Amino acid sequence: MNSKKKLSGVYIALMLLFLYLPIFVLIVFSFNSTKGYSWTGFSLKWYQELFSNELILNSLKNTLIVAVIASVFATILGATAAIGVFSMKNKAVKGAIQNVTNLPLLSPEIVMGISLMLLFSFARMSGGFVSLIISHISFCVPSVFLSILPKLRQMNASLYEAALDLGCNPFQAFTKVVLPEIMPGIITGFLMAFTYSLDDFVISYFTAGNVQTLSITIYSMVKKRVSPEINALSTILFVVVLLVLLFTNVRSIKKETAKQKKMMRI
Amino acid sequence: MKLNAKWASYPYIIWMILFTIIPLFLIVYFAFTDASGAFTMANAEQAVKYIPALVKSISLAAIATILCLVFAYPFAFAMSRLSFAKQKMMSMLIMLPMWMNFLLRTYAWQTILEDNGVINTLLTGIGLSPLKLINTSGAVVLGMVYNYIPFMILPLYSVMTKIDKSVLEAANDLGAGFFSTFYRVVLPLSMPGIVSGTTMVFVPAVSTFVISGMLGGVNNYLIGDLIETQFLGNSYDLNCGSATSLLLMIVVLVTMAIFNHFSDEDAEEALV
Repeated sequence: MNSKKKLSGVYIALMLLFLYLPIFVLIVFSFNSTKGYSWTGFSLKWYQELFSNELILNSLKNTLIVAVIASVFATILGATAAIGVFSMKNKAVKGAIQNVTNLPLLSPEIVMGISLMLLFSFARMSGGFVSLIISHISFCVPSVFLSILPKLRQMNASLYEAALDLGCNPFQAFTKVVLPEIMPGIITGFLMAFTYSLDDFVISYFTAGNVQTLSITIYSMVKKRVSPEINALSTILFVVVLLVLLFTNVRSIKKETAKQKKMMRI
Repeated sequence: MKLNAKWASYPYIIWMILFTIIPLFLIVYFAFTDASGAFTMANAEQAVKYIPALVKSISLAAIATILCLVFAYPFAFAMSRLSFAKQKMMSMLIMLPMWMNFLLRTYAWQTILEDNGVINTLLTGIGLSPLKLINTSGAVVLGMVYNYIPFMILPLYSVMTKIDKSVLEAANDLGAGFFSTFYRVVLPLSMPGIVSGTTMVFVPAVSTFVISGMLGGVNNYLIGDLIETQFLGNSYDLNCGSATSLLLMIVVLVTMAIFNHFSDEDAEEALV
């Protein structure tokens, strides 16, 4: 039994090594003083160059603008859609909407990208912020929809009726009863949409026109096979993501233990 | 009175028709018309010439998917037998690299595999001759496995946490050895995870153009690279590119249909 446990421990460690090796290499060479892959000494040169690189800073700004607008819009569109579908009775229509929602999640990204590019060229619309944001909303909205719909189904249906009986008008009953119930789904959906948008490359590549997002800039830099500033950039992004994940994870574990303690008291 | 807000879904329905369904139909329309909009089969005939690239994409993606399954399966199982706190930490560790930009992760492998990259610098450093690593099919498969293995681990892990420890103990008590416990208990119970993991790895792998472009060089031109050059590259031809995409879509749909068919059969067998 013990040797079995040891074996699985070693296997887990090896897999983690595989997953983290490339990231580790990027981080180490972001502090290298020359361009090559032999260690020549510690330096912060690439970080300095990164922060004076107009192109990268501008792309970062564009990425954030698109992600904020697209995720806010996708959240509103997805939330209203979930409420609408939830109050529908026609099973066939509901099923059709579910299937259409699955389409962007199941088809290859490149197909989504070129299909939107065809739409914009068909409509004689040149690529830019508008086409980019429309595309981002389109691939973000299904996941918002799918994260809110289950919350509505879990909700006790009589709550809404009780609110009406107790003198709320439908609008108050909605904002005071339904909305707080589905809030966790809305927040999850928003965060998913935001990260999908931040991380997207393929669909942006086909629909962005001349707008440079961070992914598109990285792609054009990588193709030329130079610039260790990318190493510096990836190190910064990695540390930011690590901190965010640690923060949220510690918070959720704390919540969980607090919950368990509460349960114990009862 | 029930919540009555059917109308709230109309903007979404309109949005999805405009920006998901119509664009997909436009691929079909462009695939069978020429630049002036007249019907033609020329694009389809041209796309048939790309079948070797398609076959190469399917075989590399299939190898990568199988490798992902082989490596992820024991990992997910081991992970599902850890304590709760450790499981939480492990799923965070699996997800963390996924949050790194996809291009940066692939770029990292480029720096490792390059002719004067990390591995070859180390090799020549200890007096060995350098290896040809970058611009090979192996590098493309490695890139696919590396980028998509979390998509295999996570669904497998989520079905395996639902396998109760007592079920495994019961199998043991009833005389099942390691292999029959695996084959008759763990495997059927984890089938849904295998199916969703396989589609989640195969679909992006077969349609990639980034991984093959960055790690595969000119000898590993996949169907995704062809589509990319027809839409944004030097062989600009929207109609022909649409026909090629249609070919890719058909492959993806057929594979998914096959997988769903197998998974249904297995689910039925498990019930009997």
